[in-house]
Amino acid sequence: MDIDWGWIGEHTDTLSANAVTHLRLALLPVLFGLLISLPLGLACRRWGRLYAPVLTVSNILYAIPSIALFMVFIQYTGLEPATVMIPLTLYSLSVLVPNVVDGLGSVSEPVRQAATAMGFGTLRRLVRVELPIAVPIVIAGVRVAAVSSISLVAIGQLIGQGGLGYDIIRGYQLQFPTQIVAASVLIVALALITDALLVLVQRLLTPWARGRAA
Amino acid sequence: MTVWNQIELTWAWLTASAQWHGEDGIPHRLLEHLYYSGVSLLFAALIGLTLGALVGHTGRGGFLAVSVANIARAIPTFGLILLIVVIDYSIVPVLVALVALAVPPILVNTYEGVRGVDPDARDAARGMGMTGWGVLWRAEIPIALPLILLGLRTSAIQVVATATIAAYPGFGGLGRYIIDGLARKDYQLVVGGTFLVVALAVLVQLAFAALRRLVISPGLARAS
Repeated sequence: MDIDWGWIGEHTDTLSANAVTHLRLALLPVLFGLLISLPLGLACRRWGRLYAPVLTVSNILYAIPSIALFMVFIQYTGLEPATVMIPLTLYSLSVLVPNVVDGLGSVSEPVRQAATAMGFGTLRRLVRVELPIAVPIVIAGVRVAAVSSISLVAIGQLIGQGGLGYDIIRGYQLQFPTQIVAASVLIVALALITDALLVLVQRLLTPWARGRAA
Repeated sequence: MTVWNQIELTWAWLTASAQWHGEDGIPHRLLEHLYYSGVSLLFAALIGLTLGALVGHTGRGGFLAVSVANIARAIPTFGLILLIVVIDYSIVPVLVALVALAVPPILVNTYEGVRGVDPDARDAARGMGMTGWGVLWRAEIPIALPLILLGLRTSAIQVVATATIAAYPGFGGLGRYIIDGLARKDYQLVVGGTFLVVALAVLVQLAFAALRRLVISPGLARAS
């Protein structure tokens, strides 16, 4: 297999444009997923009986192949970005909800009581104490969701919304390996960079953990 | 289109007798799908279980193994399949891509499971006179089994779902219906194929739930 470096050099502009689209299609769903899973996770913590059915539904959703889920949504949302982003949001929920629940569960009872004793109300205790302590576990979930979302988006090209998936399919149609390799390597690179940035975010959000880890 | 219409459409497609015969019939496509998924999962399990257990048992190379596995998770299977199909058109590259997809969850969970075994339990096994292999086989792996099964289940579901893509470069399996339906704008075909893949994925989930009951030591099941 020969890589046509010249082609890559000539196409940096379209490749980077597709990479930007790719990131948007992959990461907005993770953001939406996080926004949904936080209240959902809180509700599951509060009403324990809710958790089992929520977990079952999200597990079943995760079992549906992305291509099939795209097909289901295509008749409601058409050949639009939403058709790719809604399924990806649903996938991210199956990773994020359990992690939010586990993260909030990792707050020890003495810590909670100490916060209450210091005069924190329920909301303030949640925002200032419980959520910060849950950050490492929640971010661990966000990392898995983000990386898998980035590699899944490519399949969205089957319905015309795939970011770098365009170059994968184009390269296949033209029997031109260079384009497939370039797009695939870019996808892996985007995933790794996103993952590294999330680790950084976690370090910034949990300054108290730094001394202990070192 | 309402959900009810979808169900009606799927039912009509599933019950049409044409669907049950010949090369494009459901039994044949299902067998193809199971064959792709089964072979890939088998190889992935051989690689993931062996490496994960060895690395977890010896404690050496754990960071490297987990990092490589995590990077592998980022590889777009779609790109990998189409790339190797362009280079060498046969089913083997498709299986290679599915194996690459399935190894990371098995490897990481086996490693984490074996690594996470309570050191006291490991010491007790040694104290009972077990050698390195004995400790691994008779103490560490049984204790790590819940996590190992979880990894296998994740991989199995991903493989069953992703084997659908094999149809894009022209192979068989249940993805045939989805890809062909999409190409011909035959919506019934797409919905029917989708239904079959989802049903298969749900069956895999149930099978693993049953397996979990069968093989997990009762002592562990009680504890968790």
